[in-house]
Amino acid sequence: MSTNRHSRSLFRFATFVALATLGLVCLGGLVTSKGVGMAVPDWPTSFGYNMFALPISTWKTGGIFDEHTHRVWASSVGLLVVVLTRWIGGPASRRPLFLVGAAELALGSALLLGAGVNWKGEGHFLLGIGGVVLAAAAVPWRNSPASATAIRMAWLAFWVVQIQGSLGGLRVVLDQWTVAGTTGGILFGILHGCLGQLFFGLLAALTVHLSPWWRPESWRRMPFPAPTLGLVATFLVLGQLMLGLLMRHQHAGLAIPDLPLAYGQLWPATDAASLARYAAARTDVDSLTAFQVQIHMLHRMNALLALGAVTALFSKARNLPSGHPLRTLATVWFSLTATQFVLGVLTVLFGKPADIATAHVAVGSLSLSTGLLNSWITWTGRSAGSESLPVSIPGLIPQMTRPGRAL
Amino acid sequence: MKNTLKFAASLAVIAATSASAASITGKIKLTGEAPAPREITPITADKMCGALHSKPVMTRTYVVGADKGLANVAVYIKEGLPAGKTYTAPATKPLIDQVGCIYEPFISAAMVGQTIDIKNSDSFMHNVNCQAKINKGFNFAQATKGQVNPKSFDKPELAVKLICNVHPWMSGYVHVFDHPFFAVTDKDGNFSISGDLPDGKYTLEANHLKSGLVTGTVEVKGGKAELNLDLAVK
Repeated sequence: MSTNRHSRSLFRFATFVALATLGLVCLGGLVTSKGVGMAVPDWPTSFGYNMFALPISTWKTGGIFDEHTHRVWASSVGLLVVVLTRWIGGPASRRPLFLVGAAELALGSALLLGAGVNWKGEGHFLLGIGGVVLAAAAVPWRNSPASATAIRMAWLAFWVVQIQGSLGGLRVVLDQWTVAGTTGGILFGILHGCLGQLFFGLLAALTVHLSPWWRPESWRRMPFPAPTLGLVATFLVLGQLMLGLLMRHQHAGLAIPDLPLAYGQLWPATDAASLARYAAARTDVDSLTAFQVQIHMLHRMNALLALGAVTALFSKARNLPSGHPLRTLATVWFSLTATQFVLGVLTVLFGKPADIATAHVAVGSLSLSTGLLNSWITWTGRSAGSESLPVSIPGLIPQMTRPGRAL
Repeated sequence: MKNTLKFAASLAVIAATSASAASITGKIKLTGEAPAPREITPITADKMCGALHSKPVMTRTYVVGADKGLANVAVYIKEGLPAGKTYTAPATKPLIDQVGCIYEPFISAAMVGQTIDIKNSDSFMHNVNCQAKINKGFNFAQATKGQVNPKSFDKPELAVKLICNVHPWMSGYVHVFDHPFFAVTDKDGNFSISGDLPDGKYTLEANHLKSGLVTGTVEVKGGKAELNLDLAVK
């Protein structure tokens, strides 16, 4: 197989993994929005069955379908990321994969033999993932490794996907555990949701890095603006996603049912009497908390800020020359952010239907990924302009391959 | 002489029994217009649950019966019980049933340590996720029709929420008390609290999920008392 064909295949595979991860993020959002995260009370087993052996009739029952599908899908993404790590890393990745896999098997066995009941699940999980990692290490394929940057990103994804899996499991196993007034279900659920968004951003960036579109050499003579506005916009979008996630976990998506006003006011009262009055007037909620209302309002306010920042960036990017990567990216980002804004409004007005709410999660993830890419390309372009390319220096790092072009 | 003593002892037992067996009855009424119940549409949308209902299933936020009587109100003695007295949990076991993908009853009450039977009368899986804030929560699956799991609570707590994540619209509540003087109003808002209650003044509280709390005082005389309270739509 030629290097270019090999690189194209790798790019396609990375695209597949990133899309699978986007689907997983959406499914995770759906599970939380529907409140079915605890429909299967045990983990990594499902009702005592091996996850992959759950009877179809049980799988199809109510919220079990969403939660169990999320688990099986997540396991598949974990497997794909291990394969991606092995592929990107080439034969040199076999030794570290072997060591990690063996360590996970040992730790998993130790947890099963000696730990308390809450940690047995982690033991099973480590045994499973450790076995997959060892299998990847055993593959004798002598493929060419990708660039050093891609290798670093793949290894980061390798660790993140495993931490992410563990957090998902702890969210179930420690659901009733309480610390500082917060349950383990909420704490680990929020961490799981945050890391999921960042994980998708990482895989999206890796995919773009492996794509024919990633050509830092050609950016050398292009002007690159200061990164400040892009960073501010990215942080606002990241903050918006975190607020959205907090809302989902607090079931605050419909804490305020009217829009653009909130219970007929610019900012609703959050004293106990007002909250009781709001809740009593609705048949779709039992009660409301001040936190639910406040987090919902912050999400609305930050939506305006994020849209404003991305619009400003888009406006500035129109001054960049045609074909400039940041100009293209800004157009995509603006389209995504505007769509996201409309989806947010529709989510409230239509009472959070599953399809619109899921689209809201998907476009939010894509928006964050675009923001992260914008910042990375700005940094790479500015570095390329100062003759200090961080990646792909022909002749110096021969294993760095790019799809569609020779080194 | 022996027979006289036996007779006197019997009289004493009867007298003691009649003095301690008391009951407080009454009715909780709703003032104001309750919002119309809303159809729980996900039940119909769910193939398995929808098949169990021939009519739309409605929310039970406000269930108003004859003469504006309000159902699903927990009524209990809040003040007036002898200080420091402890009570033994009744041997009766309240039943919380999952039938047709809803909890029956919607509102239950039990004493600390009293066994509550949680049953699945449906032919498919439910999970019972107890979201207690003061007591220890639990979450278990009930896969088979007729499965019963006994549970109890260690501490008093109002409105302990039970949910089913398999069918997220399913919720029910249990009020837990450290004494046995409590009741939940029936479909017409009536309640009856009975037990080993000495004559005296008591403060009762009525607790409805939406309308909130209202208290009233009552004097038990000769083992009987009546108290009617109003709760307002909020």
